[in-house]
Amino acid sequence: MVELYILLIFMIIGAIIAVEVKDLLSSVVAVGAVGLGLSMAFLILKAPDVAITQLVVELLALIILIRATLKRDLPFSTSGRWYFNTFVTIGFVVFLVLVSVQCFQDLPRFGYPLMRVASTYLREGLMKTGATNLVASVILDYRAFDTLGEATILFTAVIGVLAIVRRKGRKEEGEDVEEEDE
Amino acid sequence: MSKEHEKGMSVIVKTITRLTVGLILLYGIYILTHGHVSPGGGFAGGVIIALSFVHLMLAYGKEVALEKLPKGVTSFFESLGALLFLGIALLGFTGGYFFLNFISKGQPFHLFSAGIIPLCNIAISLKVGAGLFAIFVALVLLKFDSEGKE
Amino acid sequence: MIIYVLCLILFCVGLYCVLRKRNIIKIIVGIIIAEYAVNLFFILVAYRQEGRSPIYSSTEQIVNMVDALPQAVVLTAIVIGLATTALLVALAMRIYEKYGTFDITKIRELKG
Repeated sequence: MVELYILLIFMIIGAIIAVEVKDLLSSVVAVGAVGLGLSMAFLILKAPDVAITQLVVELLALIILIRATLKRDLPFSTSGRWYFNTFVTIGFVVFLVLVSVQCFQDLPRFGYPLMRVASTYLREGLMKTGATNLVASVILDYRAFDTLGEATILFTAVIGVLAIVRRKGRKEEGEDVEEEDE
Repeated sequence: MSKEHEKGMSVIVKTITRLTVGLILLYGIYILTHGHVSPGGGFAGGVIIALSFVHLMLAYGKEVALEKLPKGVTSFFESLGALLFLGIALLGFTGGYFFLNFISKGQPFHLFSAGIIPLCNIAISLKVGAGLFAIFVALVLLKFDSEGKE
Repeated sequence: MIIYVLCLILFCVGLYCVLRKRNIIKIIVGIIIAEYAVNLFFILVAYRQEGRSPIYSSTEQIVNMVDALPQAVVLTAIVIGLATTALLVALAMRIYEKYGTFDITKIRELKG
């Protein structure tokens, strides 16, 4: 598992670069690198479904983000009380890490999961659903209601984006409602 | 920025796009239909199909691409995908309860096995692909007033 | 145990970015990094020593598979993350159009 640790350290370094660099386009590219490293980490952890989905979804997110940041850079300036704010934030984050490390003692050891519900799915999945891809049988047969919820979320997000981006509002009665530029 | 978008990219990009767009679409359909046999499924397949249309639109510019895929078609496919998924779920009532797997299970490793799972994959991919393509068209190809001032 | 702490540090980098930065695009980058860390944590919990991916093979017999339930959960979470990112970017572009800047300290006209 040494490669997993190396990959995680690479992702942390990429995230720190994405956060600290002043140029917006460079930070978006660094986020892309973190996403690619994450996809490789999913492959090492034996989750090929999730790795394929993460790769293509991150590509689309990069395209949308680059469109938003092209030609719109902003100069950086520090206002007053910068030291105080930074120290309070770092103090809070360190406190969060210390408390969470206490909570992590209760998790099962890495590599020996509990699998109380999933052992039933793994044992009887092929027999009851007939699908050889057990993750697909979990999404679309055992837990299909959650997939219905996810489809609703996507629908709402599309409606929300189209509503934000619409240029002309509703006109008074008697006039047609126009779409924005085609 | 908008003017460059309307004209599209250089000739090299347009030629390569003509060759690869069909392959990307075919790959997306392959991952979609084999979702119950090998890794992949509806979500990854739908996003890859949306990416093939995005590729076409980025290379050829806005005008050419929008006359091939007008906005009404996109919203029609997305609603169709959502209604198909709901319809398959409600048809499970004929067997007993919501979302019952009522088609026969077939042999494992064959393409037509596993009951309603391939149909659900197709419905989900229609919805995800059309929805993400609509988001892309709305966000990336929009003209802004402030860009004219720069 | 160390690996969970590394995943938590990745989440804290994203959290620090959301709390401290003044540019809206940097805040969106921070939210994306925090989302990656949470998805990674789910898949880390699901890993099994000497396990195999939860897909049957026609040639050999598979006895131990990794946990399939968190993988199904993360699959939908990734696509939902993309939807929220798109919504945030749409809001950011509208704000730029109205105020001319991405700086959050200059956007203070909340009209009730």
